[in-house]
Amino acid sequence: MRYISNTPAQQKEMLGRIGAASIEALLANVPAKARLSRPLGLPAAMAETDLVRHLRALAAKDASADDYACFLGAGAYDHIVPSPINHLISRGEFFTAYTPYQPEASQGTLRSIFEYQTMMAELTGMDVANASIYDGASSLAEAVLMAHAVTGRNETAFSRGINPLYGQVVETYCEGPDLRLKRVPLADGVTDLDALRRAVTERTAAVVVQYPNFLGCLEDVREAGAIAHAKGALLVVAADPVNLGFLTPPGALGADIVVGEGQGLGVPLSYGGPNLGVFACRAELVRRMPGRLVGATVDRDGHRGYVLTLQTREQHIRREKATSNICTNVALCALMATIYVAIMGKQGLRRVGELATAKAHYAAERFAGVPGVRLSHRAPFFKEFALELPTAPDRVVKRLLKDRILAGVPLKLFDRGAKNALLVAVTERRTKEEIDAYAAALAAAVA
Amino acid sequence: MEARPSYDKLIFELSAPGRFAHSLPALDVPSADPATLVPAQFVRATPPELPEVSEVDVVRHYSRLSQMNYGVDTHFYPLGSCTMKYNPKINEDMARLPGFLRLHPLAPEAASQGALQLMWELARDLAEISGMDHVSLQPAAGAQGEFAGVLMIRAWHLSRGERRHKVLIPDSAHGTNPATTALAGYQVVQLKSDEGGEVDLADLERHLDEDVAAFMITQPNTLGLFESKIHQITEMCHAKGVQVYMDGANFNAILGITRPGDLGFDVCHFNLHKTFTTPHGGGGPGSGPVGIKAHLAPFLPTPVVVKDEDGSYSLDWNRAQSIGKLQAFWGNFGMLVRAYTYIRTMGPDGLRAVSENAVLNANYILKRLEGAYDRATPGPCMHECVVSARRQKKLGISATDIAKRLLDLGFYAPTTYFPLIVEEALMIEPTETESKETLDQFCDAMIQIAREAETNPHLLHEAPVTTSVRRLDQTLAARQPVLRWNAGA
Repeated sequence: MRYISNTPAQQKEMLGRIGAASIEALLANVPAKARLSRPLGLPAAMAETDLVRHLRALAAKDASADDYACFLGAGAYDHIVPSPINHLISRGEFFTAYTPYQPEASQGTLRSIFEYQTMMAELTGMDVANASIYDGASSLAEAVLMAHAVTGRNETAFSRGINPLYGQVVETYCEGPDLRLKRVPLADGVTDLDALRRAVTERTAAVVVQYPNFLGCLEDVREAGAIAHAKGALLVVAADPVNLGFLTPPGALGADIVVGEGQGLGVPLSYGGPNLGVFACRAELVRRMPGRLVGATVDRDGHRGYVLTLQTREQHIRREKATSNICTNVALCALMATIYVAIMGKQGLRRVGELATAKAHYAAERFAGVPGVRLSHRAPFFKEFALELPTAPDRVVKRLLKDRILAGVPLKLFDRGAKNALLVAVTERRTKEEIDAYAAALAAAVA
Repeated sequence: MEARPSYDKLIFELSAPGRFAHSLPALDVPSADPATLVPAQFVRATPPELPEVSEVDVVRHYSRLSQMNYGVDTHFYPLGSCTMKYNPKINEDMARLPGFLRLHPLAPEAASQGALQLMWELARDLAEISGMDHVSLQPAAGAQGEFAGVLMIRAWHLSRGERRHKVLIPDSAHGTNPATTALAGYQVVQLKSDEGGEVDLADLERHLDEDVAAFMITQPNTLGLFESKIHQITEMCHAKGVQVYMDGANFNAILGITRPGDLGFDVCHFNLHKTFTTPHGGGGPGSGPVGIKAHLAPFLPTPVVVKDEDGSYSLDWNRAQSIGKLQAFWGNFGMLVRAYTYIRTMGPDGLRAVSENAVLNANYILKRLEGAYDRATPGPCMHECVVSARRQKKLGISATDIAKRLLDLGFYAPTTYFPLIVEEALMIEPTETESKETLDQFCDAMIQIAREAETNPHLLHEAPVTTSVRRLDQTLAARQPVLRWNAGA
């Protein structure tokens, strides 16, 4: 049997040593009426060649970003993934290890996470980052819970500029502790700061904004922070770290907690998961932080080494009093991001941002130049923008798919009011040729 | 003492100004200075302190770091409750097919049919394996699967107009159980285990009342024992309107042998990174699908993958009673591809053989070690066994010392000090992918260590000496936290 090492002769020998007549005898504790008396109703085992054929056929039905020009964003982006990442993360010593419970035999994982924490702290402009959370949305949910725990307050002022999928996740996490999300509306694509001022009170645990926001627009994070801090609330900012080599980091704008989806840092799209939840905060808040943390220490001989630390925050020690129920983080995705940031380096990451924003602005100008099409908002944007189309976006999406272009995300998926809006993302991977082809196809589709 | 690898650098310490590894395209669109496209206040004034290194620096650095790890590919990894089995290489090839790896989650459904079909089939397969009616693939890890399950139970009670406040959990449970329960807004009540390590039915009876929402148990439990009175347990719970949740961490023991759904469980989660061979990755990503009985179906996380009448697949968002979403997209899809590949590789007979051999291997280890260590419980175990180092403790040797010595002898260590109800616990899970030869080598090492505890305890106190660092000062790390590198520090 594949992946099972014992031969029938060995099984017999082992049973003899145990003193059991059969494997059945070892299962004596499973009562007869609990036993499954038939084989599982699953397809029979497939040989590797047949299985590969089957899965290739399935994968061929999907529009991969290798074969299509991907202008989709809304929380997942087609950024460049340098070749060494896959080679390095595939090393079995990284790939098939687990949580570094024995730090002496896990220094590779621990040291790389220490580097990751440093890189995320640098990018976000915060003091400390943890070893990662599942994804950007669950990181944001954890941040809202943490702000509640830190302040003892039950309300959160939650901008409508936050990815609505994140909003749904945060609502799920707020169910148990019965926390209230007060939605703050947008004005021309960015959080309405007057409405925010009215929403924030002495009961507000946190103000939450996304930067750039779901529509790609750049929020006035500093002012949102001032509004939060005036009432003793924390400022939580959701930001994509791949943008932060170019953009002013939230830490410099008054953020207390920064979370984000790190998928853009060398993690494959993979139909939306696994992703990388980035979580960073100010040093004073570290003991309320969720998730694993790696710290530096020394060994018995005085040599530098790394361990999981401040574990009294965590479920395996604190159980129901833990800061979060999270156990496993996404160490492998964090490793991808670490290698990505090392490869891009100080200059490269800024260049990624410059390329993306230049191409996005070129694309916005071309697309908004198509008769009947305009930009939905006037606020400054970074690499993503919403288009107002003269027709239902489904038609455009379908039409451009024929040209092997993934045109964007129809916003009516999230907001019924946004009937004709299409959210378009442009990363450094997109070419002038693809953008021009998009503009031409768009013109034909709406003509 | 053997020489240890002396490589001590962080990537930041390899940095030289102006060096780089990236290969970014030239700007091909006519453009003004990018800095003028975005208002100045949004443009970063000072660059982040990131490494400036070459590609060969990067490759050599992370290759050398990897060599400081033990993994399943290089070492026997008997970490109890974690099911560190072999991760098939074909899974990796399949997860990297461009139609899966390079598919955007918001690609039109018509252009994602392969991925949606795979998810639909995997959910159906997991439902069959568990005897549940529906499976959601969305939870990112076991703890999130628990969270989804407990929230569905909560929503079900509320839909019946009942507001219950307590969840019962045995004292042998994983820490995530109480932490999840608290996160879902419940008060946790801990139940005692009986002398045999199973649920104490009398204690359960005492605590079951109309304020209890759920009973959450691990089957087989964390002592590696099948809860033999499970039908009684689920019947007692249901009689009081209490839902029964199965933590599926130990599913590797029961594939094709018994099914949680047939045992009366209302909810169970799977750890695809344990039972279904997706890699552990140094601590995630995991994947924690959750299975439920039909009465909980209205509360499933959104969206649900459905097969339409015309044979196409889509995401159903229109579910008014749903508990909502757990992560931004549909689940850890890359892990789902791997698990699907594994289930198709094994087939029904193969999966049953997995559990049979996992049980055989664990019992073989238990038998071979029972002379040198105290067993936690009498009788055969399922897929893992727990022994106690209480005998060694009298000699001044702890479970930690034994674990560290194992590292020197070429094995990763068992889980230590868990379950909490066993003194100096060593929890050993060999999995079915290991051969008798490997198990014998491991048992020989364990027996040698027990002997060394009597004759040469110095070796154990000093261990490990072959790893890249020696025992690390955990207290220092917690008292003076250094959580990032600083230039010049």
